[in-house]
Amino acid sequence: MDAQNKNQANKYSIIVPTYNERLNIGLIVYLIFKHLKDVDFEVIVVDDGSPDGTQDMVIQLQKVYGEDRILLRPRPKKLGLGTAYIHGMKHASGNFVVIMDADLSHHPKYLPKFISKQMETRADIVTGTRYVKGGGVHGWNLIRKLTSRGANVLAQTFLWPGVSDLTGSFRLYRKSVLEDIINCCVSKGYVFQMEMIVRASRKGYHIGEVPITFVDRVFGSSKLGGSEIVEYLKGLAYLLVTM
Amino acid sequence: MKHIVKIFSLVVAITALWIGLLQSSVIPRSHTWLLPVYFVVSLGCYGLLMVGVGLMNFPTCPQEALLLQKDIVEAKEYLKQRGVDVSSS
Repeated sequence: MDAQNKNQANKYSIIVPTYNERLNIGLIVYLIFKHLKDVDFEVIVVDDGSPDGTQDMVIQLQKVYGEDRILLRPRPKKLGLGTAYIHGMKHASGNFVVIMDADLSHHPKYLPKFISKQMETRADIVTGTRYVKGGGVHGWNLIRKLTSRGANVLAQTFLWPGVSDLTGSFRLYRKSVLEDIINCCVSKGYVFQMEMIVRASRKGYHIGEVPITFVDRVFGSSKLGGSEIVEYLKGLAYLLVTM
Repeated sequence: MKHIVKIFSLVVAITALWIGLLQSSVIPRSHTWLLPVYFVVSLGCYGLLMVGVGLMNFPTCPQEALLLQKDIVEAKEYLKQRGVDVSSS
């Protein structure tokens, strides 16, 4: 099939930053391989010195799937998400880069949809969105949904980003595009994800969206306190003024 | 053009319109003075409405949690058969 031939020309480097995801990384690698048959890809695990044996698990996975398909590129300690992506990209041999979380909130079954969306629309970035029909979230209580919706309305009103889910981190980037934007970004945490996509939008990159479902299994650990809200507002103000 | 410049131009345009209305007395003066207040309040109400509507229509996917559980079982089986240690610590 023509699409399959096109697939051969593209290689996808999937960067997965990990910290204490020993079991999850095994599960996610299995699912990636299950859903991306006939696609040329590699998985790059950037582990920040997990004490729970995550790296041992990756070594076991390499025995099953091959060291050329699963790259372990660890760092000595927690050094932040942005630098994890940069570190992963140094070892990426693909012309496309996928970033996703290791905790199974991002399901690899959407990877083929990301790929075909990019090929259909020739987009520079394809971002997963949880907030449109076909997408969704499970595991959030009312307060969490309220803050998410409030944050989104604020961001849409002031930033006009052209993207429905600003804080999502399940994305496919053309590698050259990711290299271009990531070096300009200075924010941390979820504001970093916002900064990336807003920067890309301002630079005129073509951004496509794919509805994704997000299953939050990390119940209760991400408490949204007053300081988180302040950080978000500061980040929003920064993006409003500097972009 | 930077985004903040776009927003600033919009604010300037609206302010010019407001000053024009003040000077031309098309609307009674007392109302015109309060227009900015009405505007900000309506914007706030619109925002709250959007939040409320969005909250009511928040897309959820409870079936995905079940599917994920199935995937996890399948993955553990496959990996266990190939000698990978899948015990949860």
